[in-house]
Amino acid sequence: MPLITYRKALNDALAEEIIRDENVVIIGEEVAQYNGAYKVTEGLWQRFGDKRVVDAPISEAGFIGMGIGASMLGVRPVMELMFWSFAYVAWDQIINNAGQVRYMSGGLINCPIVIRGPANGGTNVGATHSHTPENFIANTPGLKVVCPATAYDAKGLMKAAIRDNDPVCVMENTLLYGESWEVPEEEYVIPLGVADIKREGTDVSLIAHGRAVITALKAAEILAAEHDINAEVLDLRSIRPLDEEAILNTVRKTHRAVLVDENKPFCGVSAQIAATIQEKAFDDLDAPVQRVCSLDAPAIYSPALENLQLPTVARIIEKVLHIR
Amino acid sequence: MPKLSSPMPSVTDDEVAVDPADYARAEINASLKPKQKIGFFREMIRIRRFEQTSLKYYNQGMMGGFLHLYIGQEAVAVGTVSLMGKNDHVITAYRDHGHALAVGMGMNECMAELFGKATGCSRGKGGSMHFFAPDKNYWGGHGIVGGQTPLGLGLAYGLKYKGLKGCALCFMGDGAVNQGAYHESLNLAALWKLPVVYIIENNKYSMGTTLERSSAMRNCLAERADGYGIVWDIANGEDLYEVRAKTANAMRRAHEQSLPTVLEVDTYRYYGHSVADANAKKYRSPEEIERYKTHHDPISLWKKRLMDEGVLTEAEAEAIDEAAKDEADVAAQFAIDSDSPAPETIFEDVYWEVDNKTEAGSTGRHFFSE
Repeated sequence: MPLITYRKALNDALAEEIIRDENVVIIGEEVAQYNGAYKVTEGLWQRFGDKRVVDAPISEAGFIGMGIGASMLGVRPVMELMFWSFAYVAWDQIINNAGQVRYMSGGLINCPIVIRGPANGGTNVGATHSHTPENFIANTPGLKVVCPATAYDAKGLMKAAIRDNDPVCVMENTLLYGESWEVPEEEYVIPLGVADIKREGTDVSLIAHGRAVITALKAAEILAAEHDINAEVLDLRSIRPLDEEAILNTVRKTHRAVLVDENKPFCGVSAQIAATIQEKAFDDLDAPVQRVCSLDAPAIYSPALENLQLPTVARIIEKVLHIR
Repeated sequence: MPKLSSPMPSVTDDEVAVDPADYARAEINASLKPKQKIGFFREMIRIRRFEQTSLKYYNQGMMGGFLHLYIGQEAVAVGTVSLMGKNDHVITAYRDHGHALAVGMGMNECMAELFGKATGCSRGKGGSMHFFAPDKNYWGGHGIVGGQTPLGLGLAYGLKYKGLKGCALCFMGDGAVNQGAYHESLNLAALWKLPVVYIIENNKYSMGTTLERSSAMRNCLAERADGYGIVWDIANGEDLYEVRAKTANAMRRAHEQSLPTVLEVDTYRYYGHSVADANAKKYRSPEEIERYKTHHDPISLWKKRLMDEGVLTEAEAEAIDEAAKDEADVAAQFAIDSDSPAPETIFEDVYWEVDNKTEAGSTGRHFFSE
């Protein structure tokens, strides 16, 4: 299988869906002529032209809301946020309009829209540009949210998101855009709501999403090599819908869980996972559920400290050893 | 009605090729048949009687939440909606009953929605502020001030994207002109030449705050469109002929040139911001309200006009009114007799894929209540 980058995988998914469905249109800041602030949409404007790939002014509330309105009429906009951190400018549109209109209309209207872009810390851009709002989105029934950790997942989940008839938020990661994974040439789609075991193990379950999966995998290698602990790594991939069965199955298998989550701990995704495990797999646990989240302060700029603020391999190992 | 003082609208003279004092002679109105004119009267009366009946039951505690009454503004919804063709769409804010009835929604489904019943237009899930009828090109019914303005733009974008010759009529109150989403929408509408008509229903008060206390540029709210290079106009909302003539110009601009317009319609609400507005007669004088009711009521003026034209008699008008009252009473009884939504419907209408039992709707957990 060819090795391609996470960025290219997304680019391929977008191109394939533009070709597949005439209603798919890419809209966002710098997505067309600039080729994408992070080059995810590189070459698409040249290939598909002005109608299918549209540069928007810096006007998130306006163009995201416009995309939602167009989706009510059956257009399938794929809206790029240069950073998910900018979503707060468009929050009313995303939460109140995309998220609630189906419900408030008694099911008469639906919004087949995708809102995508990177949501991550670790690039020393300070607190305003480092948000991971998957927990906020997941707290809104009516919205869906996925956080791919690999190129393979990014492509398959993006295609599923575009074909979905509900609003789907895709949270990517600028630190993964340049990383490469094996991606098959033939078409595939990864359903939303299906987790993936990224590493089989028997002694402890590391449950993560997004780039935290990669961190968990590194920790698992060290745990195996230096501590004789065989960790299983479960990648949630999708936060809402959530593959609860996969979570419970890995906990029933290993009897120990460490949740790795770039969200802040308070009301973050891992808080929901921990609640689920104690409600439904309490008797399977041999130790309290542990969490490794971003340290609970606004994202710090200092390059010397930001990597410590995010979930680290060292903190994961420490938590695992604590409950071994 | 106090006239908006300053501005010269940015439309060109030949767009309304009539004596501005008499919009009855505008082409769009001159061609009207008596039956259609009486139909407008009936629509306005129906809206008023519907709302008066809803008010009665609201005051009896039979409805929840807010009730934002449209009474006094009826000529705006009826006049504008009367111009809609197959590919023209409507979206508005939370004062939405008038537009809903004007597009053809039934009194029963609307009243039942106010009562929170399963037979309501939104199955009891939206309430007063959230009526929808996409089959009638009516996209709500939106609760956040100005929040619908990008959606209206999106309807216009969708029409243009699909190559349909239509437009979006996006209604808003005077309070919404100070929301950022509206200004972002104006910029995009002009930038991308989208067929949207923003109709500001200026009823003078954003809740309890007068224009003088809310808008820096207050002679005319539509004039702000100049900042985006968008054509704008003003209309007297008590005159259904004028509303139609001015709206027709804007819709023609959208249909023929794919260009936006901002149309400000001067109007007035007799009741408070919502029925719960305890200060409705404090931030404005009872005399002011009375003056509008007596001298500027759009329904009374339309009735007089039709009688002057020899189109309508007093007896016919009374019969139409009685029928509207009866229809509203029947709707109220329908709502009272209807069942409340079943508890399990709480989880319906959240996700399309779940409701339609698709494969995508069956993978993973979508709801997290025990």
